[in-house]
Amino acid sequence: MSNLLKKNEFYLVIVIFALVLFLGITTDQFLDPGNLLELFTSYSFLGTMSAGMLIVLISGGIDLSFTATATISQYVMSTLIIEYGGNIFIAYLIGAGVGVGLGLVNGLLIHFIKKHPLIITIATLNIFNGLLMYFTKGKWIYNFPMWFSDPHDVMVFESAEGYIYPITLPLFLFFIIFVITALILKYTKIGRKIYALGGNKEAARRMGFNIFGLTLFVYGFMGLLAGIGSVSHALIVQTVAPNAIVGKELDVIAAVVLGGASMDGGSGTVIGTFLGVALVAIISNAVILLGIPSYWYQILLGTIIVISVSITAINNKRNMKKEAEINVA
Amino acid sequence: MSLKKTNPFSELYRKYPNFSLLIGLFLLTLILFSFMVPGKFFTLSNFSSIAFQLPELGILTIAMAITMLSGGINLSIIATANLSGIVMASIMKAMIQGQGSPVGLIITLAVLAGFGCSLLVGLANGIIIAFIGVSPILATLGTMTLVNGISILSTKGYVISGLPDGMLFIGNGSILGIPVPFVIFAVVALLVGFWLKNMPSGLSNYLIGSNETATRYSGVNTKAVIMKTHILSGLLSGVAAMIMISRFNSARAGYAESYLLVTVLASVFGGVDPSGGFGKVGGVVLSLFILQMVSSGLNLLGVSSFISVTLWGVLLIGIMIVQKYQRK
Repeated sequence: MSNLLKKNEFYLVIVIFALVLFLGITTDQFLDPGNLLELFTSYSFLGTMSAGMLIVLISGGIDLSFTATATISQYVMSTLIIEYGGNIFIAYLIGAGVGVGLGLVNGLLIHFIKKHPLIITIATLNIFNGLLMYFTKGKWIYNFPMWFSDPHDVMVFESAEGYIYPITLPLFLFFIIFVITALILKYTKIGRKIYALGGNKEAARRMGFNIFGLTLFVYGFMGLLAGIGSVSHALIVQTVAPNAIVGKELDVIAAVVLGGASMDGGSGTVIGTFLGVALVAIISNAVILLGIPSYWYQILLGTIIVISVSITAINNKRNMKKEAEINVA
Repeated sequence: MSLKKTNPFSELYRKYPNFSLLIGLFLLTLILFSFMVPGKFFTLSNFSSIAFQLPELGILTIAMAITMLSGGINLSIIATANLSGIVMASIMKAMIQGQGSPVGLIITLAVLAGFGCSLLVGLANGIIIAFIGVSPILATLGTMTLVNGISILSTKGYVISGLPDGMLFIGNGSILGIPVPFVIFAVVALLVGFWLKNMPSGLSNYLIGSNETATRYSGVNTKAVIMKTHILSGLLSGVAAMIMISRFNSARAGYAESYLLVTVLASVFGGVDPSGGFGKVGGVVLSLFILQMVSSGLNLLGVSSFISVTLWGVLLIGIMIVQKYQRK
């Protein structure tokens, strides 16, 4: 039990459970499966990217350029499928390819310049975004081919009353990516090495880990998920705009941090991140369903972030004190 | 003794590698654009427009830089500036009615109230970072979101516009031909430079950036210093707000949000070590001039402003590569 109290996920589950209970009682739409599916579909692109951010934070790094990466992936993907046609699989493949490419650029620069990733990715954010705006001239894209605009449902459930509840492709991918990320982090050598790298880089280097390879993997994976998430985003909103995703980088980081990942690296879990994304999604839904003026959303979110990071810091301090005491008995 | 060693330039370079590099880049940019855009770049009107444009970003960058020197960061500077701008503008709008109002007094009060508000945000940041122990990036990410929320809630997302003439003078007027915002910027830069170099808390700010634990064990009250740094950073955001609302002739939540990461870029470009401990206000000022000259030079050449954003990123990567080889 005392172990459970230390876990960030435990508090998140309680807060989410309380919110769900409250919304379930006060509104009749919230627990409707249609509402929940729609809510999670609209958050699937943010969720997809948050899995990538989780791995970056665990490795002790940070990436602020992924929103520009995502937007470039969207533009390249849309331009190519409008020009040459294709199918949904090819669309995701193009997005993922561009994303990985730009992610690897970050990985290379971070490894060779050996400066803080925060600064390097601010530089690449400027470069990527500047070039994107220059070449696209800020034009929106919405003339997608028919096959892109058709609904993409992986599974469809039908209730007894005849209501249809679809599991959309973006939502399905969001779940699959979380499962894969969890498997990578928990059961592969590379995943365990990423934790070690974030915990203590110098120790990881002396263990003989291939730091260069790990860095490339981490930022390449972030790019991959930015690319996939961006195609999901285009699929959901059916428009590509230069400023639809850029500027949201701190929202994604906030969701991951709410999920208990540490900025110092070495800690963070996929379940925590999922709960962090869920919390952000539920709050935004609550504001709408309860009819609260939407101006309150930011204040609620900000308060929750401040409280959550403070609780984590206080817990960490307490643990450090405990470790400092020498127990003779 | 070879000629190279007696060369005063190489002596200077050896002593201040980063500063000389920036001076060199500064002169290079100046000369390059003067030749590329003859009769337009090296003119009083161009320098005057640079002097009007630079202070907003400049003061915000100094607000960012001092927190970075202590090994932290302050993501809430833009949000703080917007909130304190909204406070200033709403007080002016509410209190100035008709001809009889004491405009000068009201402007002073409004600006002071705005400063007070920005100081409070800095105080909150300081408490969360120094006493609760939250890492600066997370603490200020939280306060940024919260403060933005307060701004949006209090204005309902609307713009507050139409400020009194006296207020507009702060952002658009000149004294003896020197733009007022530039005078404010120069005073801020000198004062912050003096604080960092000559005051105990300013020096401790560097020490904390190098090694916080060692600084604490050598008897420095690190918590008090971090508080001071963040209060000052908040206050500077308020000063930037004063210029910002005056230049826009309005206040709103969400103005200048794209400046946030640019202030980090300009700080690091000016030699501030992102992990703290090293960097000077002089370097930051030079960096601001270089970045501003690049964008106004390219603008005069008719090159898209997006290319100058790209170039800023390239310059930052470039200078980091040079710094890497300097250390060896």
